[in-house]
Amino acid sequence: MSTATASAPAAAASSRVDRRLVNRLGLFLGLGGITMLFAAFTSAYIVRSGGEDWTPLELPGAVWVSTILIVLSSGTLEMARRRFTGGALGAFRSWCAVTAALGVGFLLSQLNAWEALNEAGVYLQSHPKSSFFFVLTGVHGAHMIGGVIALLVLFAAAALGRLRPERSDAPALTAIYWHFTGGLWIYLLAVLSLLG
Amino acid sequence: MDHHHEQSFVSKYIFSFDHKMIGKQYFTLAMTMGFIGGILAVLIRLQLGFPSRPWPFLENLFPTGMASGIMTPEFYVSLFTMHGTIMVFFLLSLLPVSGFGNFLIPLQIGARDMAFPFLNMLSFWTVVPGAIIVIISFFVEGGAAASGWTAYPPLSGIRSAIPGSGAGQTLWLVGMMFFVASFTMGGLNFVVTILNLRTKGLRLMRMPLTTWAQFVVGILGLLSFPALAAGALLLMFDRSLGTSFFLPAGIFIGDTLMPHEGGSPLLWQHLFWFLGHPEVYIIMLPAMGFTSDILATFCRRPIFGYRSMVYAIMAIGTLSFLVWGHHMFVSGMSPFLGSLFVVTTLAIAIPSAVKAFNWLFTIVKARIQFTSASLFALGVVSLFVTGGLTGIFLGTNAVDIQLHDTYFVVGHFHFIMAGAGLFGAFAAVYYWYPKMFGRMLSERLGKIHFWITFVAYYAVFFPMHYLGHSGMMRRIYDPNVYEYLAPLQPVNLFITIAAFVLFIGQLFFLWNYFVSMRRGAPAEANPWKSAGFEWSTPPKPGHGNWEGEIPEAHRWPYEYAAPGRKRDYTPQWEA
Ligand code: HEM
Ligand SMILES: [Cu+2]
Repeated sequence: MSTATASAPAAAASSRVDRRLVNRLGLFLGLGGITMLFAAFTSAYIVRSGGEDWTPLELPGAVWVSTILIVLSSGTLEMARRRFTGGALGAFRSWCAVTAALGVGFLLSQLNAWEALNEAGVYLQSHPKSSFFFVLTGVHGAHMIGGVIALLVLFAAAALGRLRPERSDAPALTAIYWHFTGGLWIYLLAVLSLLG
Repeated sequence: MDHHHEQSFVSKYIFSFDHKMIGKQYFTLAMTMGFIGGILAVLIRLQLGFPSRPWPFLENLFPTGMASGIMTPEFYVSLFTMHGTIMVFFLLSLLPVSGFGNFLIPLQIGARDMAFPFLNMLSFWTVVPGAIIVIISFFVEGGAAASGWTAYPPLSGIRSAIPGSGAGQTLWLVGMMFFVASFTMGGLNFVVTILNLRTKGLRLMRMPLTTWAQFVVGILGLLSFPALAAGALLLMFDRSLGTSFFLPAGIFIGDTLMPHEGGSPLLWQHLFWFLGHPEVYIIMLPAMGFTSDILATFCRRPIFGYRSMVYAIMAIGTLSFLVWGHHMFVSGMSPFLGSLFVVTTLAIAIPSAVKAFNWLFTIVKARIQFTSASLFALGVVSLFVTGGLTGIFLGTNAVDIQLHDTYFVVGHFHFIMAGAGLFGAFAAVYYWYPKMFGRMLSERLGKIHFWITFVAYYAVFFPMHYLGHSGMMRRIYDPNVYEYLAPLQPVNLFITIAAFVLFIGQLFFLWNYFVSMRRGAPAEANPWKSAGFEWSTPPKPGHGNWEGEIPEAHRWPYEYAAPGRKRDYTPQWEA
């Protein structure tokens, strides 16, 4: 054992490997997995909406506030990403913070939607559509929390001077993930308001 | 990261980033789980061979399940549920895919490690809690889950349905969530690694079939396991939070009417089998890959029809997403939809036959060297053909209506999935052990192990087709409650005896595996004179796999008996 580890450079030292490509492919595959998760939820939703006990649900107004916030946040993150490639780290940090704030705003607005439903006497177990509403927004929210954490890590890394525009692809990767979760929300909203 | 430092015990053996160590960690976990799963199988057979006979000494081990030595029906259902779960997910997925995938992919494609070593470490340490939770579930109130490895609601959806539907089922679902998270991370890593980290000259069409199989398995895992995650989450809501995704109205437990309304138990079956069928190929494809690599080496010939083998793997992978309905022919699905699933199902027979014939053409007229590895690989071919033929019976809905939920199905999948998967894993261990531990396994013990396993395996599972055909239902606790099944008792007894032999036979393997680690003959770098790239590494490769530069690949991995060469093989890495 001891002789075996003593030599050879450590992993991933090979210069032929394009880390950017590797990371992007990894991210896209991960998004593929998340897509399948929601595809499964959607098919369950469609099957279940054919049931006799399916009751329509008036979506609370807060979901539209959420939608505006999440669309804006994609814009601000795009600003952040461009500042980053331009080397303006300070501006990058500010736009990151704005985006994270919008993300938190989105989550709060979703909670608001939950509360509005509860106040109207609609709960998770009230009927199938309300169950799906809570589950879908909940699972989507969990993915948004992941995105907010990633933004905060970026912010901290930039503040500590650990991010170098010519080397790091992390802001671009975070942006891809963030736009994806935003698009996912639009998709879920369409499902919830158009199907059943 | 390329400076050197002595690795601590923790970073070397526990939170290691090295794909080979992670592969071995998966090995240890999977073998432990497999051993437990094997004990459960023996207990299942004990009941079927000697229905409701008291075994007083077992009461000490399982005070409730075997109260006064007699197995309770509740314990019996937990046993087969956990046997299936442990074997399908924690042995046959973890060992060939996570274990060998991690160990072999970088070696076979000329990479220093996986694309995401940290994610790799994380994915191992995500499955460990899953395994622990699954095992712990035996010791909670009500015992382990008892709704089968397929966890069909309502049984799995109502906590008060039977004892195992309580805490045991909850832990089952939580354990599976960990498994899914780990396995999808692993699949992602496989795909990225294979696409991006191949050494110079190692084109896709020069990859060994093992790596091709792992590539497709990675994609299958990534795309199919999320469906199980979705289903498991919805089921948890049904169980604990009063929703009705899967639970219909009008269910009584004792005298209590359950509050659920309108849910669809069939919805669960669709979600489960959308994962479940790809999952069985996740188990089968690596075994096919190992078999191809091993047969080529020991027949000293190129694998026959390499390209068609690659396309067959892809075709099987694609089709495996389109056949799940064949598990639901008797669920009341429309006969038209049923026939569509018949067509897609039987279509899988085509690429499967391509593989079987290519193996036969590789073997035929070859002067095959009978080693433990090649014997087990031949075993895979044999089991695969037997199991594939019974698949055609089951895949035809008119026949399946008779055979569904009988021991015929148990026979079928123990041949094709469990059997071929297990034999593939054994073949692979005998073949790649020298690279893993730098020592050789004992061939003598290996051959004893093979013959006991092969004969006992057929003795256990072949008669099951007959039992099923005679009407013995799957998952039955005591067949003798039906008069027409009582005459089958001698067959059940025979199977139980053979199952004991099968279990004992595995002890030869365990002995060989552990003792050879210290006492086995030291291995050369390329003990089988194989042309595959992984054999270019030193006998026991260190972190980084190759000292100095990674060699280039100059040809495919099956260059045997090429005319005009002095040796009968030309390794991939030699110019
Ligand atoms: C020619 C190819 C195959 C055909 C036509 C086929 C067909 C079928 C059918 C129709 C069933 C459902 C039987 C029933 O429940 O009534 C079944 C069950 C099963 N098959 Fe196959 N099969 C094939 C290959 C495979 C392979 C390659 C594997 C695994 C590697 C596999 C694993 C299983 C398993 C695990 C089950 C049982 C699932 C359960 O109910 O617990 N089959 N097969
Ligand atoms: Cu299937």
